[in-house]
Amino acid sequence: MPDKKTITLKVANIHKAYGIEEVLKGISFEVKKGETKVIIGPSGTGKSTLLRCVNRLTIPDAGRIWLDGVEVTHPRTDINKVRQSIGMVFQDFNLFSHLSALDNVRIGLIKVGKMEKRKATEEAMRQLARVGLKDKAASYPAELSGGQQQRVSIARALAMKPRLMLFDEPTSALDPELIGEVLEVMRDLAESGMTMVVVSHEMGFARSVCNEIIFIENGVIVEQGPPEVLFENPEHQRTKEFLCKISELYGKSERK
Amino acid sequence: MNFFELAYEILPALLKGTVVTLELTACSISLGFVLGICLALGRLYGNRPVSAFCAGYIQFFRGTPLLVQLLILYYGLPPYGIRLSSFVAGILGLGLNSAAYQAEYFRGAIQSISRGQMMAARAIGMSKFKTILNIILPQALRIVIPSWSNELIYTLKYSSVAYMIGAPELMAQGKFIAAENFRYFEVFLVVAFIYLVAVLVVSRALNMVERRVRIPGLQMAESI
Amino acid sequence: MTLELTLSLLVLGLLVGIPLALGQVYARRGLVLLTSIYERFFRSIPALVLLFLFFFGSSFLGLSLSPFLSAVLALGFRSSAYQSQIFRGAIQSISQGQMTAARSIGMSKFQAIWHVILPQALRRSIPSWSNEYSSVVKDTSLAYAVGVIELVREGRYIIVRTFEPMIIYITIAVIYFVLTYAGNRSLGYLEGRLEIPGFEAKGRKE
Repeated sequence: MPDKKTITLKVANIHKAYGIEEVLKGISFEVKKGETKVIIGPSGTGKSTLLRCVNRLTIPDAGRIWLDGVEVTHPRTDINKVRQSIGMVFQDFNLFSHLSALDNVRIGLIKVGKMEKRKATEEAMRQLARVGLKDKAASYPAELSGGQQQRVSIARALAMKPRLMLFDEPTSALDPELIGEVLEVMRDLAESGMTMVVVSHEMGFARSVCNEIIFIENGVIVEQGPPEVLFENPEHQRTKEFLCKISELYGKSERK
Repeated sequence: MNFFELAYEILPALLKGTVVTLELTACSISLGFVLGICLALGRLYGNRPVSAFCAGYIQFFRGTPLLVQLLILYYGLPPYGIRLSSFVAGILGLGLNSAAYQAEYFRGAIQSISRGQMMAARAIGMSKFKTILNIILPQALRIVIPSWSNELIYTLKYSSVAYMIGAPELMAQGKFIAAENFRYFEVFLVVAFIYLVAVLVVSRALNMVERRVRIPGLQMAESI
Repeated sequence: MTLELTLSLLVLGLLVGIPLALGQVYARRGLVLLTSIYERFFRSIPALVLLFLFFFGSSFLGLSLSPFLSAVLALGFRSSAYQSQIFRGAIQSISQGQMTAARSIGMSKFQAIWHVILPQALRRSIPSWSNEYSSVVKDTSLAYAVGVIELVREGRYIIVRTFEPMIIYITIAVIYFVLTYAGNRSLGYLEGRLEIPGFEAKGRKE
C-alpha cells in the first residue's frame, strides 16, 4: 500500500470541457515525492489544461486534485498559499517585462513570501546562479535570449521553494540551439530530487530522467509506464505510432 | 500701434489668464487620472454591475460634447441647490470628461500586457490585487504615456471651453482685452500663439519623461 | 443646422486632408515641411480659438463671412489636419511592395496612388475616421460661441423660455450621443461592407 505521505500529487478523475468539446475525460494519476513524470500526446489534447488544473489556474468541471494531502480543488482552500508550493514554467516564459531578471526572481519572495529585501536578494541570486545566469541579474527580459528567459523563469519558480514543479512545454518556443541549456537545468533539477510533471516532446530528456511517461490522447490516458517499457514494448499500437512520430521529429539522441 | 507693440502690451494680462488655464488643466487631468484608472480597473476586473456602470460612464462622457457637460454642471445644477463656481465647474467637467478618455487609454494599455504575465504572477501565489498592483499597473502606466500625453495636450486646449461658463482663463482674458481695444483678430492671434507655445513646451517635457522611464529593450509605440 | 455644419466641414476636411496626407508621404522635402507646419498649427490651437480667429480674421481681412461659413472653414481646416494624420498612417501601413508592384507594371506614381494605394488606405482609415467624426460632431457645439444657430444655441433659447436647464441640457446631450452613436454604427457597417475577404483581420474586439 503506497504510503500516503510520499504521494506529492494526486489527480483524480479530472474532466474539463471547452464549450461542447470535452478535452479531459477523466484523467487520474499520482506522483510520488522525487519522481519526474513526462506527459506526452498530440497537440490540443488538453495537456496544458491539465497542468493548469493542478494549480487551479483553470478550474476543472469535475474531479479532484490533492497536493500533499491538501485538496487544491476545494473552493475553500487558500489557493494563493497552495500556489506558493507549486512552481510553474510556461511555454512563453511569461517573465514580467518591466523587471530585471533579479527582480523577476525576487518579487515573489518580497511580495508574497514577505521576505525582507536583503534576504530576498541573496536567495534570488542563489537561484539565478543555480540556473547559470548570475551575471545576467541586471538584464531585462527583452535583452535576454529565449533560453535565458526560460531559465530565469525556472529560477523564479524555484525561489518560492516549491514542492512540485510543473513544466508546460518549456522548450517548444525556443530555437533549437537554445533548448539544450534549458533541458540541462531541468535534468539537474530532477536529479536533485525535485518532484516534477513535465509536458514535453523532448524524448531524450524523458528517456534519461523521468520515472514514468504518461501518454494522453483524446482526453484519456492511453498508456503510462517507465520510459524503457513504453519505448521498447508499448502495450498499445497508438503509443508506438506516436512515439515513433515524435522520435523522428525530435531525435532520440541522448543529450549531454 | 502695430501688432507687435500690441502683443507686448497685452501679454501680462493674458498671462494672468494663462495661469488659470494651467491650473484648470492640472487639476482636471489629475482628477481624470485617478478616476480614469478606477474606471479602467472597474471595467476590466470588476463584477457585472460595476463593469457595466464603468462602460456606461465612459460611453456617455465620450459621446457628448464637453461644452454640454460643462453647461449641465454650471447651469443645470443651481435649480437643485448646487451652485458651483465657474472654476470648480470647469475642473469638474474637464475632469469627468477626461476620466472617460483616460479610462479607455488605460484599458488598452492593460489589455496589451500579455495574459501570460498575469498567469505567471498568480502561479507564484500573488493575489489578483497584488498582481494588478505590482505587475500590471507598472507596465500599463509606462505603455499609456504616449496616449496620456495626447490627453494632457487635449485638456490644455479644451480648457478654453470653460470660457463659455465664465471661467477667467486665457480665452476670457483675450475676449476681455479685445472688447476694450476692438482689435479682436490680433488679440486672438496672440492668444493662439500662447497656446502653441504651451503645447510645444508640454510636448517636449512629456517626451523627456517617456525617455526616462523606458524599459530597456522594450519599444513602446510612437504616438502621433 | 448642426448636421449641415458637421457634413460641410467633414467634407472640407476630407478634401484637404487626403492631399495633405499624400503630400506628407510622397512629396519632396519642402512640401513635407510645409504640410507639417500646417498640421502642427491646426492641431496645437484650441478649436475655440480657431473659431474666433476665423470669425474675427475674416472681418480683419475685409471679407464678410457669415458665422456659419467661418465656422465651417475654421473647423474644416482643423479637421483636415487631423484627417491628414489618419490617412498618412493608413497609407504608410500599406506595404511598400504594393507601390513597387504597381510601378513595375508601368503605372505612373499618380495612377498607383489612385488605383492601388488609396482604395486600401481609405478602407483602413475607417475606424480612426469614425473617431474623427465623433470629435467633429461634438466640436460643432463650440460654433455656438461665434453665433451659429446650432443645437446648443437652440437649447439655450428653449431654456430661456422654460427655465428647465437640466432637462434641456440632458436632452441635448442625448441627441449628440445618438448622433455620434448612429454615425459610428453606420461607419462600422460601411467598413463591414467594404471589407476585402481575408484582408488584415484588424481585431476590433477589445
